[in-house]
Amino acid sequence: MKMMEFALFLGCTIPARLNQYESSSRAVLEKLGVGLVDIREFNCCGYPLRNIDFKVFILSSARNLALAEKKNLNVMALCKCCYGSLKKADFLMRENTALLKGVNSILKKEGLKYEGRIEVKHLLSVLHKDIGIEAIKGKMATTFRGLKIATHYGCHALRPSQVVGFDNPVAPSLFDQLVEVTGAESIEWAMKLECCGAPLWGINDQLSMNLTSKKLTDGKKSGADYICAACPYCHIQFDKVQKMILSQKNENHPLPSILYTQLLGLTLRVDRKVLGLEMNEIPISGIEELLAKESELAQEKELAIKKENKKETGLTKD
Amino acid sequence: MFLKVSLYISLIIFLFALIYKVSTWFRYKVGIGAAEISVSTRLFSAIKGILLTLFSPKILTLLKVFVLDVLLQFRILREDFLRWVMHIFIYVGFMLLLLMHALDKYITASIWNNYYSTVNPFMFLRDLFGAMVIVGVLIAIYRRFILKVPRMFTNAMDIYAILIVAVIMLSGIFLEATKMVAYSDYKRMVDEYSGLSDPEELRSLEAYWVKEYGVVSPNLKEPFDEKILEKGNELHQSSCAECHAQPQWAFTGYGAAKLIRPIGLGIDRAHLPSVLWYVHILACFVGLAYLPFSKMFHIFASSVSLLANGVIGQEKIAPANRATLQAMELDACTHCGTCSLRCSVIMAFEEITNMNIFPSEKIASIKTLASGKELSSQELRNIQEGVYLCTNCYRCTVVCPVGINLQDLWFNVRETLLQKGYPEFLVLSPLSFYRGLMKEETVLKDYEKPLIQAREAIAAQCDLMKKKDKVLPLTPADRTLQGGLNLSAQAKTFSVCFGCQTCTTVCPVVGSYENPQEALGLLPHQIMHAAGLGLRDLAFGSNMLWDCLTCYQCQEQCPQGVHVTDVFYELKNLAVKHVREKTLQSME
Repeated sequence: MKMMEFALFLGCTIPARLNQYESSSRAVLEKLGVGLVDIREFNCCGYPLRNIDFKVFILSSARNLALAEKKNLNVMALCKCCYGSLKKADFLMRENTALLKGVNSILKKEGLKYEGRIEVKHLLSVLHKDIGIEAIKGKMATTFRGLKIATHYGCHALRPSQVVGFDNPVAPSLFDQLVEVTGAESIEWAMKLECCGAPLWGINDQLSMNLTSKKLTDGKKSGADYICAACPYCHIQFDKVQKMILSQKNENHPLPSILYTQLLGLTLRVDRKVLGLEMNEIPISGIEELLAKESELAQEKELAIKKENKKETGLTKD
Repeated sequence: MFLKVSLYISLIIFLFALIYKVSTWFRYKVGIGAAEISVSTRLFSAIKGILLTLFSPKILTLLKVFVLDVLLQFRILREDFLRWVMHIFIYVGFMLLLLMHALDKYITASIWNNYYSTVNPFMFLRDLFGAMVIVGVLIAIYRRFILKVPRMFTNAMDIYAILIVAVIMLSGIFLEATKMVAYSDYKRMVDEYSGLSDPEELRSLEAYWVKEYGVVSPNLKEPFDEKILEKGNELHQSSCAECHAQPQWAFTGYGAAKLIRPIGLGIDRAHLPSVLWYVHILACFVGLAYLPFSKMFHIFASSVSLLANGVIGQEKIAPANRATLQAMELDACTHCGTCSLRCSVIMAFEEITNMNIFPSEKIASIKTLASGKELSSQELRNIQEGVYLCTNCYRCTVVCPVGINLQDLWFNVRETLLQKGYPEFLVLSPLSFYRGLMKEETVLKDYEKPLIQAREAIAAQCDLMKKKDKVLPLTPADRTLQGGLNLSAQAKTFSVCFGCQTCTTVCPVVGSYENPQEALGLLPHQIMHAAGLGLRDLAFGSNMLWDCLTCYQCQEQCPQGVHVTDVFYELKNLAVKHVREKTLQSME
C-alpha cells in the first residue's frame, strides 16, 4: 500500500510562535506512518483577512488549495482557523462556479488553477479517520493514569458543520476518543464547545479575557488537570494569554494547556525535547509523572495474560 | 596625472559619502523604540556592544557567519541556486578583478615579481574573472526581464547597478580587443622593445603578429608565406614571447577582437583604445564615488547586517542598539525581492492596491520615512496599511538573504504610525492577535488608541446611531446594502430571518454583558433586520459587528438557515470599504 501522504499546512502562527506544535506533530505523524510534504509556496489561509476583504480571503485560500492540487495532495491543517478557512473557501468555490472562475482567472497569472480535486483535513480528523483509534493504540508505548483532560474542540473545526463536516456539531466525540486513547479521562464540562476567546485578542482584550477566563474556570471546576487543544490560536490563548490574565489578577492557579500532539507524543515515547514540553508558557512537565511506569505496564500485561488464560481454561471446561 | 587626480577625487567623495551614510545609522529614527534615544547614546551603545562581542566567545559565531554567509552566501544558496550562481559570479569575479587587475601594482606585482598583465596565468585569469561578472550580469538581466521572477520589482537603483557593472566590464573587454587590433599600439611596442631595424625582419615579425595576434596592419594582408612566418616566429620568440602569452588565452578580448577586426584600421585611426581606456577608468571611478548612495552600498551594509544579526539571533538587544540596527538594515536591503516572494499575505495586493503590502517595497517607504522627509497624510496612511497588513509570520525575516529582522522593523514602524492618528481598520481583524501578545513585551505607547480610533472612525460615518429617537421608515432605506451582501451567495440568507432571536440567545458575546444592548448596540437578530431594511448605519455602527468572535454558534443553530456569521463578515467588509473610501476622500 502506498504511504498516506499530505501537504502539511502550517499557516503563519505555528512557525512563528508555536514551534513545539510543528515539531511534536511531525514526530507523532512519523511514528504513525504518515508522510508529510512541505510546500514552501503556501501563503496565509486568509482567515485574518476575512473581516476586511472577502476576495483577499478567498484568493489566499484558493492559492493554497491550487498549490496542493498541483501536487495531487490532500491538505492537512494543524490550525483550526486555517482549516475552517480553507474548508470554507473550498466549499464556496465548489458551490459557485462563477466564483471559482473569477478566482482562477487571477491564479492563472502564476500558472495555477483550482479544480476541487483535493480534500482539506484537520490533523485530528486524519488521526481519527485515516489512521484510526485502533492503529494508534497499536503504536502506543505507554498510557496515562488518573489524568483528567478538558477537551477543547475549537469553533472553526466544528462549525459551520454544513461546511466542515468535522464531527457532530452539537455532540461531538472525535476529540474525546482521541484523548481517551492515551489513557486520560476526557471530562464532561459545560463549556466544552465554547470559543477560546482568541479571535478578539488584540481587538477587544477585555471581552476576550472574560471569555477565556469563563471557559478555563469551568474546566477547572469540572475537575480537569489540563486543557487540551489542537489549534495554535486556542493554545496560545490558553497558554500565554492565560498567563497574562493570571498575572493581571494576581492569581496563580492556572489550568495549563497541552497540545494534543504533546499529549499523544508522550504515550508514543517521542523525545520530550521534540515535543517541546518546556516551551509552553505555563509549565506542563508535571504531566509526565502521570505516565504509567514500566513496572506497572508489565504487571498489567501479566494480569491481562492471566485473564485471557482463565477465560480460555473456562471455555475449555464448558 | 589624469588617473591620479580622478582616483583621488573619487576616493575622497567615496570616503565622505561613506562617513555620511554610516552616520545616518546613528541619526535616523526608525519606529517607536528610537524616538527618545540620543545619537551619542546610540553611538556609545554600539561601540560597547561591538567590543563586548569581539572579546567574547561570540567571536566564533562572527567568524562562522563571515565565512558562510558573507563570503559564501549560503543564505542566498538556500533560497535559489540560480541566484546564488549569479551573485557569486558577479561578486567573486569583481572582487578578484579589483585585487588582481585594478590594484595590480600594489597587490599582484608585490606577490609575484614576474607579474605582467599580458602573461599567463594573469592574462587568462583577468578574462576569466571578467567573463564571470558578465555571465552574472546576464543572469541578473534574464531573471528580471525574461524569467520575470514573481513579485520582484525593478527600480532605478537596480537598473543603475546592472548598468554600472556592465559598462565597466564591456569597456574593459573592448579596450583589450581594440588594443589587440590596433596597429599603432603594436608599432609602439616594437619600437620600444624589439630593437629591430631591418625592414625584412620587421615585416616578418609584423606578419607573424597579424596572423597569430590579430593585429590589423595597414601594410600587410594574409595569407603569408610559410618562410616569413617562420622567421617572424623566431623574432617573436626572442623579443616578444617573454611578455606576451598567446592571445587566445585572453578569450573575451580575443573574441571581441575577432568581431571588430574588419574595422580594425578605423578603430586605430579613431584612437578608440584610448577612448575606451577613459570610459573604463571613469566608469570605475564614478562607480566608486557613487557607491555609498547606490544599491552597491549593500557590499558594506549587508555584511554588517549579516554579522550583527548573526550574533544577535533571538536575543533581546538594548533599545539603543535596536534603533541603530534598524537604521542600518534599511541600507542593507538589496531590493532582491525574496521577502515579497515568500510573504504570506501577498494575495491581498490583488484587491487592495497599495505597493506597501510588499515587504521589499515597504522598506523603501520606511527609508524615506526614517530620513525625516515630509510625507503626505495619504502616503503615511498607505505605509501604515502596508505594515499592518501582515500576519507576523516572520517568513520575511527567515528568508532575507542579508539577515534583516524585517518582522521587527514592521512592528516597530507600525506602532509609530498608529499613534499618528490615521484610523487603521485592519486593527479590527485577527491581524491584531500578535499586537495583543506583544503588548507587555515592547513599548507600545498607547495600546488602546488605534483600536478606539478605528471604531470611532466607523461610528462617525453612522449618523443614525447618534439619533436614538429618530423614527425610521419601514421601507428599505438603502437597497445597495442588500445588493452588496453578495460576495458569497450564502450571505443573502438574511432575508429569511423571522426574528426568533436564537442567534442572540446563543451568542457568547451577548452573554458576556449584563446589558448587552448598551455595550454592543444592535444584537445579532437585530443586525439581520437592519440588513433587511437596508439600515446601513445601524449595522455598521454596532459594536456587535466588531466584537463578533466568528464562533458560528448563531449560524449553526439558526432554525431558518440564516448564515448569521457570514452576513456579519460581509457587513464588516462593506463597512471597512465604505469608511476606507471616505477617509481616503477626506485626505485628498
